[in-house]
Amino acid sequence: MAAGVGKTYRMLLEGQAEKEAGRDVVVGLLETHGRVETQRIAEGLEILPRREIDYRGTLLEEMDLPGILRRAPDLCLIDELAHTNAPGLEHVKRYEDVEDVLAAGIDVLSTLNVQHLESLNDQVAELSGIRVRETIPDALLGHADDIVVVDLTPEELLERLRAGKVYPVERIDAALNNFFKIENLSALREVALRQVAEEVGQRRFAATTNVGSREETIASEAPRAVAERLLALVEPNPGAYRLVRRAWRSAQRLGTDLDLLWVRPPGTLSAEQENSLTALRQLASLLGARLIVEESDERARTIAAVAKRQRTTYILMGRARPPRGPARLRTPLPQQLMVLLPGVDVRIVADRAQRPTEEQE
Amino acid sequence: MNAQSAPEQSAPERSGAKPNRILLPFTNQAISRRAFEAAIRLAHAEGSTIVPAFLARVPRNLPIESPLPAACAIGMPLLEAIEQRATAEGIPVDSRVSRGRTYRDALERLLEQEHFDRVIVSATDSPRQGLSQEDLGWLLGQVAAEVLILRPAPDDTRRITATGVHGHF
Repeated sequence: MAAGVGKTYRMLLEGQAEKEAGRDVVVGLLETHGRVETQRIAEGLEILPRREIDYRGTLLEEMDLPGILRRAPDLCLIDELAHTNAPGLEHVKRYEDVEDVLAAGIDVLSTLNVQHLESLNDQVAELSGIRVRETIPDALLGHADDIVVVDLTPEELLERLRAGKVYPVERIDAALNNFFKIENLSALREVALRQVAEEVGQRRFAATTNVGSREETIASEAPRAVAERLLALVEPNPGAYRLVRRAWRSAQRLGTDLDLLWVRPPGTLSAEQENSLTALRQLASLLGARLIVEESDERARTIAAVAKRQRTTYILMGRARPPRGPARLRTPLPQQLMVLLPGVDVRIVADRAQRPTEEQE
Repeated sequence: MNAQSAPEQSAPERSGAKPNRILLPFTNQAISRRAFEAAIRLAHAEGSTIVPAFLARVPRNLPIESPLPAACAIGMPLLEAIEQRATAEGIPVDSRVSRGRTYRDALERLLEQEHFDRVIVSATDSPRQGLSQEDLGWLLGQVAAEVLILRPAPDDTRRITATGVHGHF
């Protein structure tokens, strides 16, 4: 989650357990940051020496990748996965060293803060105002056999920080005034827990199999059956923004993605529509939603095709104006969608401003 | 405030002219009620459309096109609150969002994209809230619209917030 929660400590505990179970375990790289508890738990484990790199007259200490490969243990503990190596080594990033170690048939236990994940870096920077430069590609995490979240409440972490268990006394005030604010830590914790929830969900999907008994097949399809994906039907007009906001709020609550779809009738757009479409694009981009524009005369069929493609489970739409003339004989769009998309919820979003007040009631 | 039914047709609609657009930018969790009421009065008188615009500031370390879910969690409920109140007053609303490196940058981008007949902002004593004095000066000098800046007043504490719509939109 963040510095000081006990990631290295947990990694060393796991390493000790593996050693006790009879495996050949070494520490490839350990950053204790002077924490006594961490140093103590590392006792008894073989720690490989670092190699010294001369960079422009400064002596830097880095992990000894060739040394690890020569030693060839069963399991290697490598701290701080997102670290950037000193120039002149085999790789720019430590995670690339780890890939070499894995390729040599050595298991690896490593540590990582949530803000170091590439895809979460922007989100964490927005929430906390602090951007880290050292990141790793998300795909790397996808290859891990197991992920353990070291979770601590922000209050407990701050307590550890004030007690000098995270940084030396002289750095405590600076840390409290910069990154270690309760709002930053809460945001990081939320991001970390969400990430793990997503990771667990993806692993369950990956485990889905189409072989076996009928019961097994049904059970394996269960996670897919409950995953939601929202599609809001919009048009470039002022009423669309309200619908988009409501759909976004629903997507936030469900922790899912939001697609916006405009089935555009063939022909050119008026200047007013162009303006509204630009505004809609802005709103979608700010909210992190995906705006899809499809040109077609057949609205219901196009919506159904997009919904199938996007694996939509939930369609949100505004209330249509009452039809006039021959249009009154046509099946209304919600009913058409219910026929074309069995199993997909269709929700018609009301205008809250039109609710009667207590006095009117 | 009682909800009123929308007028059947506003003056510009009757005459066929395009309705005026009144921009009501905001940056925080609340908008001055004086600014909102001024916009409502003008819109009633002229049959104008109110354009409440949420200005979002993108930190310099993020790409300008980044989604801003945390900022939206503040801005979207307030947009909803403004829209509901204005609609209840029978005023058409066409809301907007705009991003920029600063609030002025976000406003400038919006004004470059679209035409507005009037801009209504409320000056504030607090330098941390919304548009600064320099921004207001820029607005008066550079923007091709009628700019209405409301002076700070004791009743500026009366604000429209998103509280009423929490969990309801």
